[in-house]
Amino acid sequence: MTVTKALPATVRSTDTTAKPPGKYRQAFPQYAAVAPFFILFAIFGAFPVLFSIWISFHDWDGIGSMTWVGLQQYSYLLGDPKFWQAIGNTLIIWVLSTVPMLLLALVIANALHNATRFRSFYRIAYFIPNVTSVVAVTLVFGSIFSNNFGLLNAFLQSVGLGKVEWLTQPWGIKIAIATIVTWRWVGYNAIIYLAGLQAISADVYEAAKVDGASSRQVFWRITVPMLRPVILFTAVTSTIGGLQIFTESRVLFGDTNNIGGPGNAGMTIVSYLYQSAFINNQFGYGAAIGWALFILIVLFSIINWRLIGGRDNERIARRAARRAERNIAAQKAAQQEDAEQTTKEAADVH
Amino acid sequence: MSIERIRTTVGHIVLMLGVVVSIFPFYWMLVMASNTTPDIFSYPPKLVIGSHLFENMGKVLDNIDFFGAMLLTLIASLGVTVLILFFDSLAAFAFAKYEFPGRNFLFGLLLATFMIPTQLSLVPQFVTLAEFGWIGSLKALIIPGAANAFGIFWMRQYAAGAIPDELISAAKVDGAGFFRQYLTVGLPVLRPGLAFLGIFTFINVWNDYLWPLIVMTDPNRLTLQVALDQLNGIYGTDYSMVMAGALMSVIPLIGVFLIGGRHFISDLAAGAMKF
Repeated sequence: MTVTKALPATVRSTDTTAKPPGKYRQAFPQYAAVAPFFILFAIFGAFPVLFSIWISFHDWDGIGSMTWVGLQQYSYLLGDPKFWQAIGNTLIIWVLSTVPMLLLALVIANALHNATRFRSFYRIAYFIPNVTSVVAVTLVFGSIFSNNFGLLNAFLQSVGLGKVEWLTQPWGIKIAIATIVTWRWVGYNAIIYLAGLQAISADVYEAAKVDGASSRQVFWRITVPMLRPVILFTAVTSTIGGLQIFTESRVLFGDTNNIGGPGNAGMTIVSYLYQSAFINNQFGYGAAIGWALFILIVLFSIINWRLIGGRDNERIARRAARRAERNIAAQKAAQQEDAEQTTKEAADVH
Repeated sequence: MSIERIRTTVGHIVLMLGVVVSIFPFYWMLVMASNTTPDIFSYPPKLVIGSHLFENMGKVLDNIDFFGAMLLTLIASLGVTVLILFFDSLAAFAFAKYEFPGRNFLFGLLLATFMIPTQLSLVPQFVTLAEFGWIGSLKALIIPGAANAFGIFWMRQYAAGAIPDELISAAKVDGAGFFRQYLTVGLPVLRPGLAFLGIFTFINVWNDYLWPLIVMTDPNRLTLQVALDQLNGIYGTDYSMVMAGALMSVIPLIGVFLIGGRHFISDLAAGAMKF
């Protein structure tokens, strides 16, 4: 009796001195607070990802029994011309949209940065395309690009150029999709670049101005290098988004045998995944395409990182800024020397 | 001085051109929605707003259950938004302001989940929800997205800077438990951050297309985006009606954006700078 009575007392006393049990129990409210995310992620994120590996090793229509096929889905995938076409289409659309999108965004952000008046009006006007639904936007652009009655063709005809069958020709289809993507995301990226520009200290610009740098020099030698981290962010996000393009292609061309329009010219990776899994009920194949997409996204993110980011963004930006300053100073010195020389020569002539 | 002036004028001209490109598709949508289809198909095309807007809108309502789809989309968007605001801010508050064993590990794990593209788990997620019997129900639209890594990460950055430690200590001295501290200290300070995350979430759910296309299999229970796409699929030749539908689907969201837009844009940009 005395023993049992004494035991809880000792336990309690160790409880207060030794930390581990109390530490976790004390943190119970915090664990409860972060738990919902992890529970939901476990059910709707982690489990499906693991499950998708399992599914991709099977032949399965989603209803009947699963047949183990090992790596056959993947080996079929590698030899599937439609899959490679989907990758090719996606990459072409991605380049056609991302390159003009980021360049235009940079130009707009630069103009916004210099404009002091109407700035909030501009920001809202440029951002509105991004909050508008892709479906509605695609319907409007579909009518603009329409082969026979489209506004674009009407315009081309009125200036004496011929019609282009935008929504039938392989390149026309890709340009149409890329235009929609560009239109929706230029403003978004410009706003992010603008925030990056505003974070660059005014001293750097002041120093360049004092050194007599032209505005083009300032843009390419100071602004762009200092924006590197922000450019990396936009490049990574547009890559991830670009590789997952689906809605534009699907709304333009609907449910036809030709996914993504005539000749499958607008069929993206996700269109093919959607078609395989949810129209043809080949769940195993759909899961395998999902993994191929994942590998592609990781690969391109690494490439982006290598090209734009490097190991230490800030160090690179600082170094670029120093280099820019040195170059500008050197050029200025050279110019001065030239000027001195010409005046000397002029003096000699006289 | 005058060179400076010319430069700003040129800048404004460039920016105004951009604004025209940005806004024109909306104007064109209105032009098409307010004219008859034969008018649109004529050459040269009509470029001014016509008088058939309400007629076309009426046709939309005759052909699809527009308000039903809008209500469903509204419920899903509000549902996800409310749950995300609560769960994300609660988790962010804990991550930002409290030391607990495994905190850094858990936060690292959360960041790692960013890497997984949603399309990777499209097929198994569908299968999982089918197993739960949620396909075709609102639960499929709301529950899987009720807490997300982006929101927690974003709110954590916000909370870390915005909530003073002294306020939490004071609340502790007053005997407030964790949840009470969240309600009385955390939430009021986090309000501007919640406004951004709320608008961001609402817009994303409202505009989502692929996920509702897959899980809302009952043709009488579609979200607005899927219904609009279907309207186009079935009555695609009636351009002006389809455009009236597009216009009707876009107006509520632009309203939400114009109300909260200015802060929303700066918050979004500030968030991007933190990555």
